[in-house]
Amino acid sequence: MKVLVPVKRVVDYAVKVRVAPKGVELNNVKMSMNPFCEIAVEEAIRLKEKKVASEIIAVSIGPKQAQETIRTALAMGADRGIHIETDLRTDQELQPLAVAKILKALVEKESPNLVITGKQSIDADAAQTGPLLAGLLDWSQATFASNVAVEGESLTVTRETDSGVETLKVALPAVVTADLRLNEPRYATLPNIMKAKKKKIDVLAADSFGIDLTPRIEYIEVKEPAARKAGIKVADVDQLVDKLKNEAGVI
Amino acid sequence: MLARQIQRRVATFASSRSLSTLVVAEHNQKDVTGGTLSAVTAATKIGGDVTVLVLGSQAAGIADQAAKIAGVSSVLHAADAKYDHLIAEEVTELLVAAQKEKNFTHILAPSSNASKNYLPRVGAKLDVAPISDILAVADKDTFLRPTYAGNAIAQIKSKDAVKLITVRPTGFEKAATEGGSASVSPAPEAATVGKTQFVSEEVSKSDRPDLTSARVVVSGGRGLKSGENFEMLYKLADKLNGAVGASRAAVDAGYVPNELQVGQTGKVVAPELYIAAGISGAIQHLAGMKDSKTIVAINKDEEAPIFQVSDYGLVADLFTAVPELTEKI
Repeated sequence: MKVLVPVKRVVDYAVKVRVAPKGVELNNVKMSMNPFCEIAVEEAIRLKEKKVASEIIAVSIGPKQAQETIRTALAMGADRGIHIETDLRTDQELQPLAVAKILKALVEKESPNLVITGKQSIDADAAQTGPLLAGLLDWSQATFASNVAVEGESLTVTRETDSGVETLKVALPAVVTADLRLNEPRYATLPNIMKAKKKKIDVLAADSFGIDLTPRIEYIEVKEPAARKAGIKVADVDQLVDKLKNEAGVI
Repeated sequence: MLARQIQRRVATFASSRSLSTLVVAEHNQKDVTGGTLSAVTAATKIGGDVTVLVLGSQAAGIADQAAKIAGVSSVLHAADAKYDHLIAEEVTELLVAAQKEKNFTHILAPSSNASKNYLPRVGAKLDVAPISDILAVADKDTFLRPTYAGNAIAQIKSKDAVKLITVRPTGFEKAATEGGSASVSPAPEAATVGKTQFVSEEVSKSDRPDLTSARVVVSGGRGLKSGENFEMLYKLADKLNGAVGASRAAVDAGYVPNELQVGQTGKVVAPELYIAAGISGAIQHLAGMKDSKTIVAINKDEEAPIFQVSDYGLVADLFTAVPELTEKI
């Protein structure tokens, strides 16, 4: 079966972002593949290694540099890439509903049986694109997956819940979103990075899909969170107990 | 004559703009969750009528309880076992049916793995861009929500006619469970989709307070070195009537189960007292706890980033400091 894996280019998870009035500073900041997208790519590759998946298509929507993110997916083991180019800021102007609509059009063109996305991107923190896409396609969905097994025309998916885990049987075609615990993504090796340069990336313009990409949600202002009052270091446990009792009044 | 016409027109105008919010309740088959009560508070801040929807085989009894929540004007129940596990496909059908019949201006749910599963799907069906994890309501269209692991707070304005919102419980007080007297009636019927079947679940049983609503949270990280050593934190938590949490490192190392993870991709907590033992304080962990009222850090590395957000930092070996603390409080 064919698997489509959407991947997003985001500010690297280790970067402490700087806030500007209209959004965080993106110039000269290290960017990487969203960590949950790496997990999604890895899962698709494992399905291919188990001979369940026949082809893996990595797709990214964003500026020119999104091609670097697609190359990373190709170096990990995806077969080919599709870059859907747009100048919209992908952390606030290009929003999950528009992304899901583009992905729907792509699914109709490429006819995969399975789409694996990350559970959320670490910039917008929305966690919406996967279930939005499943809804638009009227496909079944399994979000926050920590285990996926393909059995004929269905998937058995273990998903993380607030109180533990649950197992669902999900009819194919389906959209699955990857949680942290699904797998440990592999590193791209140098030979594979070189080989990935020869793999094909089709480039399409985002506005060639005839989809209204206008943000439904307007970012009016972006601020830093309220700073915490500077704390103190206590000398020992006695002083800590005293402070908690008499100063903070929490015990 | 003219005056009456104008009056009528004004009345129609006003009613077409009147606000009505649906809050999708979450419950444990017995009581609604604290997150649901916070979502009701968010709904009352938006204004207008507040309807609570209770789903699942126990919905009728819980609906009577929900009718007493202060600020709620009506309660709908869908007493059907097909909703017991909040399967996204089934809940979506119901919400779309309810929306068609009642024309809510806002549909709210407490932020949880369950609501993050079904609410965007509803968005796809209604052609609405959902809004995740609001922290505050500025007005009926404008909300605050965290992005970049809580390092940037965005004020956003929705242009959609219907707002689909998940509410971060730590951003809102819990509505009072007494004082309301809402009407209770059945929710509209919805077709069964049947594409996804619930197979089984494993729920961690604990006598301790729920992590997301506990007054005190004691969390451990990689510094605990093993699952057995978490016993020390359970002792401290029990003494403070608190819950135990963990960093991603502790969960990944298998010391404790996943649902104890506090952080950007785990639970977000804001207790009165958060004690972080053996946690360095990575951005992703801070995202889940930095709104706690008082933060205590116990770490032997005095350079650990956790000390930048802690009110009281103790540079010490947690293996001696935690038992001593348990002893002395």
